[in-house]
Amino acid sequence: MSNVTGKSHAELASIFNQDEPRVDWHDETLWWIRQKRDVQAHKLPEWELLRETASQIKNNVLSNLSTYLEQFEANAINNGIIVHWATDAEEHNQIIHRLLQERGINRMVKSKSMLTEECHLNEYLKEQGIDVIDSDLGERIVQLANEPPSHIVLPCIHKKKEEIGDIFHEHLGSAKGESDPKILTETARQHLREVFLTRRAALTGVNFAIAETGEFVICTNEGNADMGAHLAEIHIASMGIEKIIPERKHLGVFLRLLTRSATGQPITTYSSHFKRPQQGTDIHIVIVDNGRSIQLGREDFRNSLKCIRCGACMNTCPVYRKSGGHSYHTAVAGPIGSILAPNLDMKKYADLPFASTLCGSCSNVCPVKIDIHDQLYKWRQVIVKEGYSPTAKTMAMKAMAFTLSSPTLYRSGGKVGRLVFKYAPFAVNNSLNPWYKHREMPKAPEQSFGEWYNKRKEGKQ
Amino acid sequence: MKVALFVPCYVDQFYPKAAIATLELLEKLGVDVHYPKNQTCCGQPMANSGYEHLTTGCNNLFIDNFSGYDYIVCPSGSCTLHIKEHLHSPEKEEQAVDIRKRVYELTEFLVDVLKVTQLKANFPYKVGLHQSCHGLRGLRISQMSELVAPAFSKPAQLLDMVQGLELVPLTRQDDCCGFGGTFCVAEEAVSSKMGKDRVDDHIEHGAQYITSADLSCLMHMEGILRRQKSDVKVIHVAEILNHYSHE
Amino acid sequence: MSREKILTAVKKNQFTHAPLPDLEILNSLTATGDDLTPQYTSVASAGGSFVYEVKDWEAIKTILHKEFKPGVKIISGIPELDEYTYAGNVLQESSHSFADAELTILSSNLGVAENGALWLTESQMNIRVLPFISQHLAVVISKDALVPTMAQAYDQIGNADYGYGAFISGPSKTADIEQSLVIGAHGPRSLSVFILI
Repeated sequence: MSNVTGKSHAELASIFNQDEPRVDWHDETLWWIRQKRDVQAHKLPEWELLRETASQIKNNVLSNLSTYLEQFEANAINNGIIVHWATDAEEHNQIIHRLLQERGINRMVKSKSMLTEECHLNEYLKEQGIDVIDSDLGERIVQLANEPPSHIVLPCIHKKKEEIGDIFHEHLGSAKGESDPKILTETARQHLREVFLTRRAALTGVNFAIAETGEFVICTNEGNADMGAHLAEIHIASMGIEKIIPERKHLGVFLRLLTRSATGQPITTYSSHFKRPQQGTDIHIVIVDNGRSIQLGREDFRNSLKCIRCGACMNTCPVYRKSGGHSYHTAVAGPIGSILAPNLDMKKYADLPFASTLCGSCSNVCPVKIDIHDQLYKWRQVIVKEGYSPTAKTMAMKAMAFTLSSPTLYRSGGKVGRLVFKYAPFAVNNSLNPWYKHREMPKAPEQSFGEWYNKRKEGKQ
Repeated sequence: MKVALFVPCYVDQFYPKAAIATLELLEKLGVDVHYPKNQTCCGQPMANSGYEHLTTGCNNLFIDNFSGYDYIVCPSGSCTLHIKEHLHSPEKEEQAVDIRKRVYELTEFLVDVLKVTQLKANFPYKVGLHQSCHGLRGLRISQMSELVAPAFSKPAQLLDMVQGLELVPLTRQDDCCGFGGTFCVAEEAVSSKMGKDRVDDHIEHGAQYITSADLSCLMHMEGILRRQKSDVKVIHVAEILNHYSHE
Repeated sequence: MSREKILTAVKKNQFTHAPLPDLEILNSLTATGDDLTPQYTSVASAGGSFVYEVKDWEAIKTILHKEFKPGVKIISGIPELDEYTYAGNVLQESSHSFADAELTILSSNLGVAENGALWLTESQMNIRVLPFISQHLAVVISKDALVPTMAQAYDQIGNADYGYGAFISGPSKTADIEQSLVIGAHGPRSLSVFILI
């Protein structure tokens, strides 16, 4: 569903910005969550040490990942869990299809899993004749609207309650014009309860997988992962290889950070630890690579794999807030998505590292201290070197570099026209210049500082 | 103390008053300021666009101009940060490393090196302080709102020494203005919306002037203010700190 | 095979060993000997829980009688609350059969003051789905079972064996529609916490 248009972030963001009051609403909503995060963070004097500790644990994970994966697998098998490995999205989807097919299951309930979004599992299973219902309220809403989530934690943060009311009226039979979140949520509750009670298979994501014990943890506020998993005869949990943490006690670090960073709550309502299958049921884990081992080998970008998917970087990012998640045309939007996506497809996502002012707020809120904005800068260098930058831009940059490398050429511009800046965005006063659409040009002064300084030196002023 | 004045290219060409104020202010404070005349640009416009490999010429020129000084002072956080983080030269790396340690943004130089505690300056206006992201999160000239750490602000500390000046509070104390170098044209819609929102925050709080330690942000916000035909003006922090009138 | 392919790629690309950090300093910062009941109560209430400090089982019964009419399906995992269906006696029933449960009452031996969370393992739940499928949930915990933060909570859990365990910090909730908080998403519409003092 994502990027069917082939449009760039800038083009999609420009469309999003045609409705300014909506941009304001989107921006305010996300900023409010950023503020809630700040309130929670400031309640813990040890916050920065917590972040540092989490970061170090994740560094340790990435430096011993193969060992931890094997340890996790051995312990999980010992606990009676069946483990599968998938090198890519296709294999992941096939494994799940096979597990369902073996049991003659053609309907499944699924709680939030960004990995399955990344793998486009729903579309794949639909083609195989399997019906999937997303049980997270936000995900159910975007699923009914036939859209991808626009935010990893708040999937329908781009939708207004009136629009959700219309969707529910059409699909779930709520009253026309009803937009009260309480009533809409109750409608979804009734609808999804019937789903939970009738699905034999449940798929969930994984927040943390513990090498030491072979258990995995899922965090939700709604309880949808548990409702699905505990009522199904088969529970399939999809996880990326980077979800591993070494020991159970490390949850005491990550669970303190995750939800405070994500939504500004001290913890999610449910933090569920699955160690052994319930009697008479099966738990399957699918461990997925899908490009992660390649990212692990990119020295400058490997620590993007530390991400615990809290979404704090999105909430704080002014570009995300004012361009909307769908403008990023990838499963994981925002700053973190912009450093993950080019690893998967550099050409398709060449625009994303440029969808940032490099303001650095993302790196500061990141609970595992990923240097997100530095990586955005580094991806820009890689993308240009790999040849995914437009030729016109390359020509302009070369000319600019040439001029700025020569004091003589630089000064020859003079006060009229200031030729050196013919490549600078703000210096060309015409309607073709995007700067001029909403902003005036700076006024060229009588003389440059260099000219003034020379005159002063000569005693002329 | 031998100090070199680094005037970024766009300040030289479009905002000479800020550079003049920087020079005069430093001279007033007894600093021996030199202006290496062959300086051009730090190379950031290319590097932030992904063309860091094209900045070798700029880097070498910068090293030639700025080697041998005790300090290099610049009235722009963004350009200072670029030098601090990205000045390299295969042939003159030792000099590059040395320069990276000696380059200071103006307000951090005044507070950390000169340890200025009073200024003879007045500016009887309501002023909004815009925290430029590179000065804030790169150079850490103020505390960042995201961190759980004690508050401070070097530019605000200096502005507090200015008679008659009233700093207005902001709703979002350090949100980005959306300039972002080529971002301002490549992502025109988001960039100008960010600029508008930043400007609105200052206006809503009654600012008559918006000031900053970075002119690129001010240039962006000025473009928006002038398009809106607003009475609110932008002014570089050096121009305020250097401002003294007898009336 | 994919397993070998992935592990080989990971082995090849993982970098030099980074040691695990010491958690001692962090954990000692949050350890406290204070009475944690007020903090627990305030945090859990902010998260939508109803917190009652009670002296004995009789006090709990009185509150439950007031809140829940007789005749509704109530499951109790606590032998002391014996007027309700004892969960231990219905272990063989299918999980689905609890879809009409109005209230489930369970006990917990570990509560966390910083976030209002209560730790329940499968043995305390009896049936995994019970604390989720029930329209309302009540949990009884002793005052002495409260710890300051998750750090101390995991210290206490240690390497305990369980098939399933969960921290539950409030009623089921969502804010997916315009960030408006709605209590009662898929699970219990309320969580009552009885702190035995």
